[in-house]
Amino acid sequence: MSQEKSWQNSPPNSAQVAQEAAITRRGLLMKLGIAFNGLVALGLAVPIVRFVLSSITRGRANGYLSWVPLGPVDDFPEGETRLATFRNPFVTPTDGKTVDTACWVRHVAGDQFQVFAINCAHLGCPVRWFPQSGLFMCPCHGGAYYRDGSRASGPPERGLFTYPYKVENGVVTIQAGELPTPGASTAHRNSADSLVTIQAELTSATGPSTFGDCAAFKDCSAFLGKKPPCA
Amino acid sequence: MRLKEIGGQIGEWFDRRLQLAAPIREVAEHAVPRNTASWWYVFGSAALTIFLLQLVTGILLALIYVPSGAEAWNSLQSLNHDVTLGWFVRALHGWGSNFMIAAVLIHMVQVFLFGAYKFPRELTWIIGVFLLLVTLGMAFSGQVLRFDQDAYWGLGIGASIASRVPIAGPFIVKLMLGGPIIAGATLSRFFALHVFVIPGLLIGFVCLHLLMVIKLGINEWPMPGRLVKRATYQAEYHELTKEDGAPFVPYAVWKDLFFAGFILLAVAACAVYFGPIGPSGQPDPTIIQTAPKPDYFFLWLYALLSLLPPSMETPALLVGPVLVIIGLLLLPFLSGEGEKSWRRRPIAVLTVMLIAVTLGTFTHLAGFAPWSPHMNAWSGDPVPDRFLRASTALQRQGALVFQAKQCRNCHSLGELGGQRGPTLDSVAVRLTQDQLIRQVIQGGGNMPAYGKNLSPAETTALVAFLETLHPAGQAAARDASRDTVLNESQPQEAPAPAKPAATQP
Repeated sequence: MSQEKSWQNSPPNSAQVAQEAAITRRGLLMKLGIAFNGLVALGLAVPIVRFVLSSITRGRANGYLSWVPLGPVDDFPEGETRLATFRNPFVTPTDGKTVDTACWVRHVAGDQFQVFAINCAHLGCPVRWFPQSGLFMCPCHGGAYYRDGSRASGPPERGLFTYPYKVENGVVTIQAGELPTPGASTAHRNSADSLVTIQAELTSATGPSTFGDCAAFKDCSAFLGKKPPCA
Repeated sequence: MRLKEIGGQIGEWFDRRLQLAAPIREVAEHAVPRNTASWWYVFGSAALTIFLLQLVTGILLALIYVPSGAEAWNSLQSLNHDVTLGWFVRALHGWGSNFMIAAVLIHMVQVFLFGAYKFPRELTWIIGVFLLLVTLGMAFSGQVLRFDQDAYWGLGIGASIASRVPIAGPFIVKLMLGGPIIAGATLSRFFALHVFVIPGLLIGFVCLHLLMVIKLGINEWPMPGRLVKRATYQAEYHELTKEDGAPFVPYAVWKDLFFAGFILLAVAACAVYFGPIGPSGQPDPTIIQTAPKPDYFFLWLYALLSLLPPSMETPALLVGPVLVIIGLLLLPFLSGEGEKSWRRRPIAVLTVMLIAVTLGTFTHLAGFAPWSPHMNAWSGDPVPDRFLRASTALQRQGALVFQAKQCRNCHSLGELGGQRGPTLDSVAVRLTQDQLIRQVIQGGGNMPAYGKNLSPAETTALVAFLETLHPAGQAAARDASRDTVLNESQPQEAPAPAKPAATQP
């Protein structure tokens, strides 16, 4: 107290110090006023903080996730990967087109599917599927994934995000509602170790020579130096 | 004469009540060291001038702009095409942001090289660091308000970075997006940040910054050998302004005025010539045929995120900025005294040059993004004829495999195609047949493995084509032991397939 006082121009005399030490009516009222405002501020802070954090707490209370239909199984031919779109289950009036979301549906076989998020596991850019090379490629920083979603190359540290799915009454349904991000819950993880399986397949790769699914191979010479027709 | 009198009387009437004339005159005419009236000292006031332009044009844009996920893009189109001169106001605001960042950075470099951050101006520097951060905050949030594809996916990138914060990541993402996904609430909160919160901070910081410039005086022109000492600096500075000082107005201010006018003219010229920036496609996440890119001032970050090794990325993203900011804040305390002149501070000069070259290189690289696959190279860029002359059927088959399997999205041939992987014009000189087969099937070195996507016949054809890719006068790489091994093993036949594996590098 006395050290702070020494900053001021006039040194405090003993009368002033004595006056400050004693509780005065005005001093008490001022302190009460501050305390009153503090209480009110605390009371107001609770709803304000709850409002600010509502986008977090709402998700925890009710959950943003729900099951969304993507379409009948027939829309997704076996062995192929197709783009599907769905409307995000959590919608507000000002969302516009942003609630329409895309995802890649891979029909493995029978009731077995893989539904990949469109967002690259690196920084969320939209990945594109190239059936000819069997790769998902990202246009931003060059991430690439194999057909089963596992990481192939580039900066991603993991495979593509997958949505939990089920097939009900012939309709493919996924559990969606949140933007998949690298740090999100581990529920979306997909970490198939690709290199091992490829090596394993290599040793037994003596099957018949089939030239993939690109129509270009049916007429080789016509397309050399031109656009292949399977764009 | 009479008018002047009336004017004077009105002025007096106001000043008797406001009592501002005297302090304003005092500030305007305060003595500054004569040699600070330099063209090097105009960038701070230039940044302030552009900020005022941004305030005015920002308010004008808000007359039309609708901060709603459903309407924002349309309101920008209407500004660009329907509202009279709406395009010009948008262009001024957009180009103003580029100029403001440039002015702030140049001002910062000048302050650093002139040692102006040293005693007693440490706090001025610290507030300046905050001003840089809020300026970058304005730039990012402004880019979001231009609610197009780049803004949408840019937010996705921001969310992906934020999500990597340990434990709190997912919560920060929801707080940032205002919900579970990038949507209307996200735009609304970035509007609030861009229009209320950050400008409020910016105005507050600018006032403090200017107040300290006036209270502590403009940094004198640094002279080599004139050292800053805490004990004597203020007396020396006082002496300097007394002996070799001049009133700021009009002695120094005319250069600020001219440069302010010039910079506004430059912004207007860019606005007229280049027009408004964007918006690009609609913020519709189902349109995935897009390659989002950030605005100019964040391009270096875009490049950095592509080039960092994956394992270093999260630490670099989360720890890097903190270290940089702490470093900037501590700078005036680490070197608060001593030499001010850049002529005697080689490390300072080298640091600035290194940072400038690094940022410049990254920005330049981001301009053509060699790390991104060319998504349409396989269907858009034909294999040049010269690579197919006198080739066998098998090699042509291989060229088709090469094209159809999208090898060219990452590998260029004849300077067409992606640059993610090495150019393959002379790949046969670098790799032997065995190495080519191994590389294609197993991948590696940042190349995906194609073992699952190529049949043995396709691989054979592809490698046959790749083996033809060498300059006319230069033979293809050859495993020297291969012929011997094959010749030796021919009578026995059986052990031949086992041998090539042993010759792999």
